[in-house]
Amino acid sequence: MADPAEQHSTAAQPNSLRHGPDERGHFGGRYGGRFVAETLMPLLLELNAAYDAAKADPAFQKELDFYLRDYVGRPSPLWFARRMTEELGGAKIYMKREELNHTGSHKLNNVMGQILLARRMGRTRIVAETGAGQHGVATATVCALFGMQCVIYMGATDVERQKPNVFRMRLLGAEVVPVTAGAGTLKDAMNEAMRDWVANIADTYFLVGTVAGPHPYPAMVRDFQSVIGEETKEQMQAQEGRLPDVIVAAIGGGSNAMGIFHPFLDDASVRLIGVEAAGHGLDSGKTAASIERGRPGVLHGNRTYLLQNADGQIDEAHSISAGLDYPGVGPEHSWLSDIGRAEYVGATDDEALKAFQLCTRTEGIIPALESAHAIAYAAKIAPTLPKETLLVVNISGRGDKDIFTVAEHLGVKL
Amino acid sequence: MSRIAARFKTLATQGRGALIPYLEAFDPDLETSLALLKAMPAAGADLIEVGMPFSDPSADGPVIQLAARRGLKAGATVAGVLKMIAAFREQDQETPIILMGYLNPVEAYGHARFCTDAAKAGVDGLILVDLPPEEADILEQPAQDAGLDIIRLVAPTTSDERLRYVLSHASGFVYYVSITGITGTRTASAEALQEALPRLRAATDLPVAIGFGIRTPEQAATAAGIADGAVVASALLSTLADTLDADGKATDQTLPRVLNQIKDLATAVRAGEKKAG
Repeated sequence: MADPAEQHSTAAQPNSLRHGPDERGHFGGRYGGRFVAETLMPLLLELNAAYDAAKADPAFQKELDFYLRDYVGRPSPLWFARRMTEELGGAKIYMKREELNHTGSHKLNNVMGQILLARRMGRTRIVAETGAGQHGVATATVCALFGMQCVIYMGATDVERQKPNVFRMRLLGAEVVPVTAGAGTLKDAMNEAMRDWVANIADTYFLVGTVAGPHPYPAMVRDFQSVIGEETKEQMQAQEGRLPDVIVAAIGGGSNAMGIFHPFLDDASVRLIGVEAAGHGLDSGKTAASIERGRPGVLHGNRTYLLQNADGQIDEAHSISAGLDYPGVGPEHSWLSDIGRAEYVGATDDEALKAFQLCTRTEGIIPALESAHAIAYAAKIAPTLPKETLLVVNISGRGDKDIFTVAEHLGVKL
Repeated sequence: MSRIAARFKTLATQGRGALIPYLEAFDPDLETSLALLKAMPAAGADLIEVGMPFSDPSADGPVIQLAARRGLKAGATVAGVLKMIAAFREQDQETPIILMGYLNPVEAYGHARFCTDAAKAGVDGLILVDLPPEEADILEQPAQDAGLDIIRLVAPTTSDERLRYVLSHASGFVYYVSITGITGTRTASAEALQEALPRLRAATDLPVAIGFGIRTPEQAATAAGIADGAVVASALLSTLADTLDADGKATDQTLPRVLNQIKDLATAVRAGEKKAG
């Protein structure tokens, strides 16, 4: 439990950047919103009301805290990465160990919040989209925990490259539906999950895994993930007696990044850096860097930066990491980029592979390929920063699921 | 009076509802879809919905998804779709054309520019599936300035209170999505439609068309009889897809089979009596 002074320091101030979105779900008056078919609008309004009521109910927070502590395993440690710091010879690198959560990633923070909400709303069937399978595994896990029916939509390409997670989901009792439309990745899985929801509104809850989609999902998922940043703030205070200087997190849809950024938005001294998947390179045409190479448009219920052609057709994203392989990004990130509060950069497939090995070799932590993008950029800037700089990398997930992909790229046959 | 209002008025005096067939622009190529569009009024189309292909049609079922993909593969763009409508208008000044699609291609084209150019091409109304009234301020003024109707979708899930709100943003006609689901999957029963209509009538004076899940001439006649029009989309696109060759190209069966289906639908709709609803 934080002391009152600390709690005050993380609460939103007047003129705060933490007040968004507005009633319509818009960030900065431009991004976000609710761009869905009329059939879904009443459901979103119902969800909004149910979430507002839950947020205001201390019993809900108490229940969530219980599950976060005893089931998810929070708080996650803030680890000083001594050997990596020494090897890079610059900023002091800390790792927020979200990979230690149950199911191996930050995804469970959000899923736990939403499953409790779905139960409050009386829903019995859960649908979700997944890319790398981390969100799918987290969702299947809580469905097993609470005895709910679970249907996971996953692009057929991702089903192929994330076999261990597919098997995990099936063991947990979920039905995994491969989606063959488009390139068979996260965007197509999202389309299919929305179609399922609209066809099964009476009993079904759509459990979105990232800070994107129609309002209230971006704000709600952010709120559930903000525990990452709240803890980081307290832990850094305890270990170093001050705020961190730089926070680096990987961005696909952007939920782990938003979770660690949001509690620091009003702390102007803290540099926030989101690392998008540059794929083969930002200008290669094979990238997932929506903010750096996209422009604003509307997809999956929100206005945000999108990879799209001149005619407004959505491009296929590319990344070695299935979890970052998405042509959009959460709308709040789009806004933070426009106002310059957070910086958005890219790390390529190759850089992520190198960082994956660096982290494994120096810290004994096998990171998810998603998180390896953040490590790659941290490793790039750390040597250029003074030794007293406190740099936090969010290790959003563990990399066991990725060893086959990495082996293949390293030319190793398993 | 707009073409849409004029057409519904004429049909009302004839005591029947409208048949509103759908085609996806550029499916499977520009020439075929333009030829189909041009032949639709003579086959019995009272109004026509033209789909603008989008890469991620998240409210549509597999049939329209595939049609959109074929259209995009054939080079469909917003400008290309508008040109196609303009070509249709050279020969037909009366049949209302409603463009149906998703917001992003319109946004990429530019909201105001799109409305101006669509009206110039001879478009009468717009249905943008993912643009609810809450977000529609970006398009309402330019559409009104250009004389385009914004046709609103309402669904069985739309509450009475929300119905009033949604319909305060509607013009042209109201599109009743008769099922909760994606296009071309389920079909609402005649009883469910009978029950739904009084609720809509109480909330609007606009004509009401029913869509989603209408496949057969009997279903079309029922819907057009209970409401003021029936939209048939997936059933026609399925027929079109069945006539394509192994490379997805049109064959000599493509136009005749789709047009014959429209004729059968039109015959049933015209024979059906208008019920009070």
